[in-house]
Amino acid sequence: MRYFQPEYECISSEEMRTLQLERLRALVSYAYERIPFYHDSFDTAGFDPLSLSSLDDIERIPFTLKQDMRDAYPFGMFAVPRKDVVRIHASSGTTGTATVVGYTQHDLDVWADCFARCLVEDGATSESVVQIAYGYGLFTGGLGAHYGAERLGATALPMSSGNTKRQIQLMQDFQSDILACTPSYALNIADAAIASGLNPARDFPLSGAILGGEPSSNGVRREIEEKLGINVVDVYGLSEIMGPGVACECTRHTGLHVADDHFLIEIIDPVTLKHVAPGEWGELVVTTLTKECSPLVRYRTRDITRIITGEPCPCGRTNTRIDRMRGRSDDMLIIRGVNVFPSQIEQVITGFPDVASHYQIVLTTKGVLDEISLRVEPIETFDFDEVRKIEDLQRDIAAELKSELQIKVNVHVVEPRSIERYEGKAQRVLDLREKGE
Amino acid sequence: MIEQVTVFIENERGRLASLCRTLGDAGIQMHALMVADTSEFGVVRIVCDAPVKASRILKERGYRSSLANVVAVEVPDVPGGLASVLESLAHHDVNVEYAYCFALNGMTVDILKVDGENIVDKLTATGFHLLQPADLYTSREH
Repeated sequence: MRYFQPEYECISSEEMRTLQLERLRALVSYAYERIPFYHDSFDTAGFDPLSLSSLDDIERIPFTLKQDMRDAYPFGMFAVPRKDVVRIHASSGTTGTATVVGYTQHDLDVWADCFARCLVEDGATSESVVQIAYGYGLFTGGLGAHYGAERLGATALPMSSGNTKRQIQLMQDFQSDILACTPSYALNIADAAIASGLNPARDFPLSGAILGGEPSSNGVRREIEEKLGINVVDVYGLSEIMGPGVACECTRHTGLHVADDHFLIEIIDPVTLKHVAPGEWGELVVTTLTKECSPLVRYRTRDITRIITGEPCPCGRTNTRIDRMRGRSDDMLIIRGVNVFPSQIEQVITGFPDVASHYQIVLTTKGVLDEISLRVEPIETFDFDEVRKIEDLQRDIAAELKSELQIKVNVHVVEPRSIERYEGKAQRVLDLREKGE
Repeated sequence: MIEQVTVFIENERGRLASLCRTLGDAGIQMHALMVADTSEFGVVRIVCDAPVKASRILKERGYRSSLANVVAVEVPDVPGGLASVLESLAHHDVNVEYAYCFALNGMTVDILKVDGENIVDKLTATGFHLLQPADLYTSREH
């Protein structure tokens, strides 16, 4: 099985643009008529939904922000009567009011199709057993992957996250061949298996993993691939937009193929809010072309990526491709006035084979200045008998960070397994800075 | 060469005490302990009667422990005794990373972490008495 829906995955870009324009025109009128927020925002911006004549006109439409969704809490952005809403998901709300997204049956069908495409991109077939170790619940990961697996006709194994021992046991007993979870949990499973004396690359029946929910560096991905002995693909999605399945890599790793028939993407400069040139990095903006309950027009995701230009993917899919997320504009740390993405630090760490991929960034205030410390663990086989070797390692990592970030980072090698492991999204940054008034 | 247990620990109240208690509870007799400390962490080096077992137990208890090959030399118990050992090593082009001394059964023993080629041959050439594992270990448990 090469494609799940070749009629959309391998369509000519001309036909796709025609389809997108048709759907975009319907969408803006739909949102304007049914959601007071869009009625107001379009009117305020002087945008007439009937005036849209080309895809380029999209720049005339105002953006939607996460705060707009919070202001509409809980159901102010729903475009359908409550009787048509068959499911609700919500963000964790740890940084403010939760964002709530509703789904009609059609929305769920589209989502299942999108995730089924992703599974096929990772090599899954209707014969596969898909072990779903994303959290089930209001978080979109678990159920998104679950219905995608069922839509494909594969066997869904609804593990949810946690209980790593049982994950390892059932993976072998039930012969799971695809693992779906966050990258940090995939690494956690691999490490736990190795600690228990298994060699996952040999002992696990896995043939692929489809990982999402948090960004991960190339180095972490390589580590997961080596430890599990499989090809790993990244899947992208946001709970506000739908959940995982908006875009996904195939095993060729040439970028994430976007489900263009359902999502229109743009890349903007987060400061000027204008489109960047093709291939340049910027913030991903998504318009949902087919959603019924919670449509979004030009939603600013805060995720930093770029459109992949150049040769089409050898897999035969013609969809727009975006690069793996480089970080979130929300996660961006401002340290002594310098913009730092945690992913940049992770990238440096993975260049040092003597340290494990678990790390923690600690921010403190010293006098009036920000201090940034990085805690890393040496790998099992690191020879620490001579103090000099540990100090050399700390100094070398600090020098590399200095050249990458232009700021001084205090690097601390700490005892093994003293940095907390995570089963869901990793909390890599501990911000203990005093807040100025 | 003998085996020395090396443990990496963070500077934390009671960490060294619990390390020693762990070994004591396992019935391991320490002959010598030396801590190389920095402001953040310490590297603890231990000569004991069952190094393989000690390292294994420490790992099981969550310590980062390893075994290092070091040289144990009996040093003449006279003023300048150690100096003559070290001079001889320098003369034979042997580099010393670190060293520490302890007394055992009436002997004075110096532990040396050295590097260079053909160390054992060079040390033998110096004519000093090198202790063998059997002189220190009561247990070779693996």
